[in-house]
Amino acid sequence: MSETKTIQFSEETMATVQRLIKRYPEGRQKSALLPLLHIAQAEFDGWLSPAVMDYVAVILSIKPIEVYEVASFYTMYNLNPVGKCLIEVCQTGPCWSRGSDDIVEHFEKKLGIKVGETTSDGQFTLKTVECLGSCGTAPMLQCGGDFYENLTNDKVDTLIEKLRANGQRSTYMKDNRVM
Amino acid sequence: MATIIIDCKTYEVPLGKNVLETCLNLGFDVPYFCWHPGLGSVGACRQCAVKVFKDADDKKGRLVMSCMEPVVHNQHLAVHDADTIDFRKQVIEWLMTNHPHDCAVCDEGGSCHLQDMTVMTGHHERRFTFNKRTYKNQDLGPFLNHEMNRCIQCYRCVRFYKDYAGGKDLDAYASKNNVYFGRAEDGVLENEFSGNLAEICPTGVFTDKTLKEHYTRKWDLTMSPSICQHCSVGCNTIAGERYGALRMIHNRFHEKINGYFLCDRGRFGYEFVNAENRIKQPSINGDVVERTELETRLEKIMKSAKVIGIGSPRASLQSNFALKTLVGEDNFYHGVSDHEHDLAELAVRILKDGPVRTPSTKEIEKSDAIFVLGEDLTNTAPIVALAVRQAVRQDLSGEPEKIHIQGWQDAARKNLQQQRKMPLYSATIHETKLDDICTSANYATPEDIARLGFAVAHCVDHNSPAPEHFPEALQVRARSIANGLLAAKNPTIISGAGCASSAVMKAAANVAIALHKNGIVVGLTYTMLECNSMGLTMIGGHRLSAAFNAVINGHADTLILLENDLFRHGSFAEVGDFLARCKNVIVLDHTKSDSTDRASVVIPAGTFAESDGIIVNNEGRAQRFFQVYESTESIQESWRWIINIGKTLQHPKLQTWQNFEDISKAMASEEPMLQNIDEVNPAVDFRIVGQRIPREPHRFSGRTSMHAHIQVSEQKPPTDDDSPLSYTMEGTRIQPPSAMIPFYWSPGWNSVQSVAKYQHEVGGSLKDGDSGIRLLEANAASSLVYFQGIPEAFVPLEHHLWIVPTYHIFGSEEMSAKSASIQKRIPTPYLLISAVDANIYHLKEQDIIKVSIANISYSFPIKINRNIPVGMAALPYGLCDAPINALPEWGIVETSPLTELHDYVRKTKVQH
Ligand code: SF4
Ligand code: SF4
Ligand code: FES
Ligand code: FES
Repeated sequence: MSETKTIQFSEETMATVQRLIKRYPEGRQKSALLPLLHIAQAEFDGWLSPAVMDYVAVILSIKPIEVYEVASFYTMYNLNPVGKCLIEVCQTGPCWSRGSDDIVEHFEKKLGIKVGETTSDGQFTLKTVECLGSCGTAPMLQCGGDFYENLTNDKVDTLIEKLRANGQRSTYMKDNRVM
Repeated sequence: MATIIIDCKTYEVPLGKNVLETCLNLGFDVPYFCWHPGLGSVGACRQCAVKVFKDADDKKGRLVMSCMEPVVHNQHLAVHDADTIDFRKQVIEWLMTNHPHDCAVCDEGGSCHLQDMTVMTGHHERRFTFNKRTYKNQDLGPFLNHEMNRCIQCYRCVRFYKDYAGGKDLDAYASKNNVYFGRAEDGVLENEFSGNLAEICPTGVFTDKTLKEHYTRKWDLTMSPSICQHCSVGCNTIAGERYGALRMIHNRFHEKINGYFLCDRGRFGYEFVNAENRIKQPSINGDVVERTELETRLEKIMKSAKVIGIGSPRASLQSNFALKTLVGEDNFYHGVSDHEHDLAELAVRILKDGPVRTPSTKEIEKSDAIFVLGEDLTNTAPIVALAVRQAVRQDLSGEPEKIHIQGWQDAARKNLQQQRKMPLYSATIHETKLDDICTSANYATPEDIARLGFAVAHCVDHNSPAPEHFPEALQVRARSIANGLLAAKNPTIISGAGCASSAVMKAAANVAIALHKNGIVVGLTYTMLECNSMGLTMIGGHRLSAAFNAVINGHADTLILLENDLFRHGSFAEVGDFLARCKNVIVLDHTKSDSTDRASVVIPAGTFAESDGIIVNNEGRAQRFFQVYESTESIQESWRWIINIGKTLQHPKLQTWQNFEDISKAMASEEPMLQNIDEVNPAVDFRIVGQRIPREPHRFSGRTSMHAHIQVSEQKPPTDDDSPLSYTMEGTRIQPPSAMIPFYWSPGWNSVQSVAKYQHEVGGSLKDGDSGIRLLEANAASSLVYFQGIPEAFVPLEHHLWIVPTYHIFGSEEMSAKSASIQKRIPTPYLLISAVDANIYHLKEQDIIKVSIANISYSFPIKINRNIPVGMAALPYGLCDAPINALPEWGIVETSPLTELHDYVRKTKVQH
């Protein structure tokens, strides 16, 4: 997806990146790796292609393998292309006991995809995740930086409509919360 | 000491260790994976659980990871109570959920820690019925197989490869049930110590690819204690054979030298033994002859000829000494270029007559400051480079102790240590693989390296001479290196024959002596070019040029050349001319070379695997290697051939020698520097409760049938007249002396981890102590004075390049370069020059440069290097036809320069 465009942060993003790197002492730029990966993911279509990871490695003067190692560890970095809206349904105990399986099934039916797949229009990717710390409002899901709670099938229908109409790419970077 | 109670019994144990080590030392079989005595603890695998109780009244206790639990006084522990047994069984069960259970086709099978631990914990029934995760394996190059499905996520591989060995291209990816250990993509594992993964990995993920070519289970190998022959460090190895071919090299623990590790040259270089170009039959003028014919011919030649002998730095002391005895001291020449000999002799003189002790490799690991002069250790003495890395990784700041973090608490230590490291100063001709951990890395010509060394020595002690016209900037650097060394308690100075400069070696000596005079316990290490360079120097011999003259002047007409390709030690023209002038050239060697091609008589010598011998490493430690297998009748040790020749000639001494011991005794009485060489190992008739030490494990199979194609009835196994080892599985199961351990095995411990059972304490000395005898000790009453003769600063010469040798772990050493797997890693020949010089001659990377060295024209593709000094070039040793032995030497550049740029650069350079 992003292979065709040049991988280069915008000037504005680059300023943020430099500010983040300066937080750490000389020779320890690698410490800024996690936020940089989030920024890169937000900037380059919601996922980290090898080329994007290599770009981050260059910025931090580290070896690409050091980026792969970290990026592959965390589930919030996508190493494959994802749809504009990444739907992450919690499936841990409390959500499960409140019907998360049904919610997932409903998504699958509505979107015509299985967990882990992306709709053919590139709009939605469905994913299941572990506890997001909002068990009190189970079942719940996360899309980018937003939680959707106390889910029912109806709420899911509305949500799908709303996200489709909105047309924006979901990102954890909302309000710069990952930094 | 602490009193601890395990399973209701009381033990006195040392403090400062973890519970796992302590239990293992006491003989408890506690299963473990991620802990390794060389790597410490991280608590990753959860296999080593035991119970700790609050006190004697606590009946419940809590499960802890024994590898993470320090021993404390009055500790109550349970190893064998029901909960812990059950827990450990569960752990292995979950570690095994994804394991493919493919032991039958796994190269690790039969020497697998995972098998051993599975049996030990009693997990024997698979309850997990779901699909297993499967991985794609990577092609990791010629040395290692990769079979990721077998992984149990212990993390040992990355901890060794990255943390311990400084590798950059192996990592752990992903998380949870999908952790993957490998490179970012298929490709050669770059680190020079990658082969250790085959031993470090407790499962069959990383296994020896060269062994796979001729696979044999460990229990089916005939094994001997051996010594690596591929550099001057002398690492201890186990060499295994089956069906007359050498099949593998494993590490053999030596507490003072290689510990648990080998380098890849040492591990995979063995294949030359099985190579096509082995000499297997005697030949005369190119025709294979029977032994009797050979003997008749030799007798005839020897009786009528004026014979000289040329020895070898890669042949054993026994073979060199036998030749020296045969031809007589006056007619024995040492067989290396005069220059190389002078360097080795200088090293021996400094270490023998000087006041500074040469440390073992493991002592280098404990140094608190290191100064390397001129040596690219990773490529000339790899295990020393690994030791230097460990020295730098030490945290001697006292911080860990303050918060009670112990040495084995690997993760905590690393976290606390961060960027803190021990000082390492280096001065080399170009960058090295140790630069990433250097406090200061300096790049200079050998002359300027020597000058820097002399300047450092002068800063330490003003009585040591100072270089003249030494630039202020460098003076500052010298002062800071001197201060770093003076602040240390036990620094080590390392140099060697690598950059072919006696001035560099003398500078290193001055630094060491100066520190010694300051009351500092300093060590001085010299690495040499070949496995027995030191030993050959101790035996002595006349210069090679004198051998050439002897033939030219007609004093001699026949040459016996011992395991030596003379073309590596002299120019092609000179050596060619010399060999042509000899009426008879008799060569004893195991592998074809340019020298054997020109021989009239070729005698098939045994390699180290088919021979007994002693070699002396760079520490001056004499070590014995044992024959692994009797080869065909026509291949035997050079020394045995020489004894035979002596017998036919009724040589007064040689005819009284029968075996290895006789030669060693004669050597001890005749060679002043080898006075106790016969004590290197127990006598031939050494027995343990009347029994020999078996080379084969008790499960060795096929003995009665493996030679059935030759003779149906079982043949009598050969007897070993040279050592107390037997060639069969019969013999004692009691632990032999350290020098004679043919393999490690203990009931329930089939993998390499069983070495623990041979140690006093896990990770410590072997029960019988270290092996080998040190022949070089510091001379307290030394009268060695500071070396003078500081070279002038290097000045580039127009149209010239000052060519010095550089080294490659794969390719620079003669024998390993003939090993099939190593050959895949040998770089193509090149000449390394600076970017400035490349500009002067208008050359790009890989362009051909023409240089004439000693009046002969050579063409090399160039490699451009940022750090190599301007006006200097480096030529890889052993890779090119060029007369590397003549280096350093000025090469006249025949490629025409780009005039303007040339003038400009030269002018600016002169101003500096
Ligand atoms: S590959 Fe081997 S050493 Fe590495 S984590 Fe897996 S089992 Fe452990
Ligand atoms: S360091 Fe030298 S002696 Fe040791 S294994 Fe490597 S080549 Fe052999
Ligand atoms: S279980 Fe779903 S948010 Fe905690
Ligand atoms: S050996 Fe203790 S947790 Fe792995």
